[in-house]
Amino acid sequence: MSEQSYAKPLPLMRGSTKEFYDHCKNGELRFQRCTDCGKWRHVPREMCAKCGSWNWEWARSSGRGEVFTWTVVQRAMHPAFPGDVPYAPAIIQMQEGVRLVSWVADCPPEELKMGMPVEVIFERVTDEVTLPKFKRAAKR
Amino acid sequence: MGSFKNQACIVGIGQTKYSRGPGTGKTDLSLQLEASIAALDDAGLQRSDIDGVLPFVCLGIAEEFAVHLGIEDLRYQSTSHLGGAAPGASLANAAMAVTAGLADTILIPGGWYGFSGRRVREVVVADTTVMSGGPTARDFYFPFGLTAPPQWFSFIARRHMHEYGTKSEQLGAIAVAQRKHAQLNPHALTRGKELTLEKYLSSAVISDPYRLFDCSLEADGAAAFIVTTAERARDLKQKPIYVMSVTQGQPYPADDLVTRDDVFQLGLTSAAPRAFAMAGVTHDDIDFAQIYDPFTFQVLQQIEELGFCKRGEGGAFVEGGRIELGGKLPVNTHGGLLSEAHVLGMNHFVEAVRQLRGEAGERQVQDAEIGLVTGFGDFGDGSIAILRR
Repeated sequence: MSEQSYAKPLPLMRGSTKEFYDHCKNGELRFQRCTDCGKWRHVPREMCAKCGSWNWEWARSSGRGEVFTWTVVQRAMHPAFPGDVPYAPAIIQMQEGVRLVSWVADCPPEELKMGMPVEVIFERVTDEVTLPKFKRAAKR
Repeated sequence: MGSFKNQACIVGIGQTKYSRGPGTGKTDLSLQLEASIAALDDAGLQRSDIDGVLPFVCLGIAEEFAVHLGIEDLRYQSTSHLGGAAPGASLANAAMAVTAGLADTILIPGGWYGFSGRRVREVVVADTTVMSGGPTARDFYFPFGLTAPPQWFSFIARRHMHEYGTKSEQLGAIAVAQRKHAQLNPHALTRGKELTLEKYLSSAVISDPYRLFDCSLEADGAAAFIVTTAERARDLKQKPIYVMSVTQGQPYPADDLVTRDDVFQLGLTSAAPRAFAMAGVTHDDIDFAQIYDPFTFQVLQQIEELGFCKRGEGGAFVEGGRIELGGKLPVNTHGGLLSEAHVLGMNHFVEAVRQLRGEAGERQVQDAEIGLVTGFGDFGDGSIAILRR
């Protein structure tokens, strides 16, 4: 798909949101981690709500997690998605403890299961933005 | 804890006609002014009696209301940013303001062209500033096609089904109960359109597990109510409805639905115990509950978080007519957002006042003395008001 024809919503690429997606563009899933207390966090924040520290790093995720829950969209509510129905946005629980919204790209909605192991893949959607998506993984 | 228990009253209610049609080309403001005038008439007050206005977020500003209503001395204004929990949150603001003497008579309006204008489902994508979680949604939900409330709330419903065995039939019981109530309400958009569990179960899937009849009814409409002190209320036209308590709360973090340690936590989880304590009543004292109902599961979940049953038992609670008129806890006796109209929960206050005045006609809860109204907004913000006649 060419850049011009990508009609789906994109993140506002600035600040720590841009940094998150820039890591994805480089093929790495990274989340913020407090360098004082070690707490992982997502979505990006300015400081650690647990210990109050301003110090943090973009720590590399294992890329592994499991399906926490999902919905199956049968009627798109945004003009860019009717061609995708049915599709299943899922919440992925990462091994590091954080959760994020994504898709299990290689899994039809009816085959999704609670706790299904998944691992990250990356889908470049524009020159600037690469989205973290997931594929089925072997149980570890 | 300080308390304004029984010191403020709702003394007037008003509404427009609710509709789903081609629209009128008028503004959201115009619709809300119409409801406001109706509330003034109901209260027996003049426009110039209003000295405080608490507008709904992104649906008008106080100065606009003042200039149209001829309020030359606007003494107090404030807007709550709790989305659908705002009517209750604004009632708290109004009760505090009149009790503290910042204003005497406060107007709380709310309404929109949510059907013929911008559809409710499109609001957040069109303007991420309407809710606290807007930027989170824009950057981390929308790119994955999670763009509207039925999508993001249905995955919480699925998780509840997984953990507690909650069934579609139980969500259906909520839709059916509220539709029954709507048959007795001349304002309800679904009057004359009965719903059976079979019809519910065979309706189109919108965002699984949500079907068509799990979703609220986008509508054009506005409502308003007026708050003053208990002392002033005694001299007015209507029987005053006392605010026994009203509180608000937020889940944590409020701006991201998915990263909560406890995914079922709502603002109501902490707000409800505070409201019952301030009012000095127990669950058995509540004669009806008007529960903000964007979708069926959010009714079930709020019943649990309100403490009418334990978490996980909401599915069984809503079955067998318990939430219907004549049941132990009649819920959304007007039909709610699901079957009357999605008027931002303003209609829940209008209905609660009608019930407590004894003006609910065929759907009157017998001897209704104390009722509860909740609000639910954004990613689960909550408000709760306990009212009495």
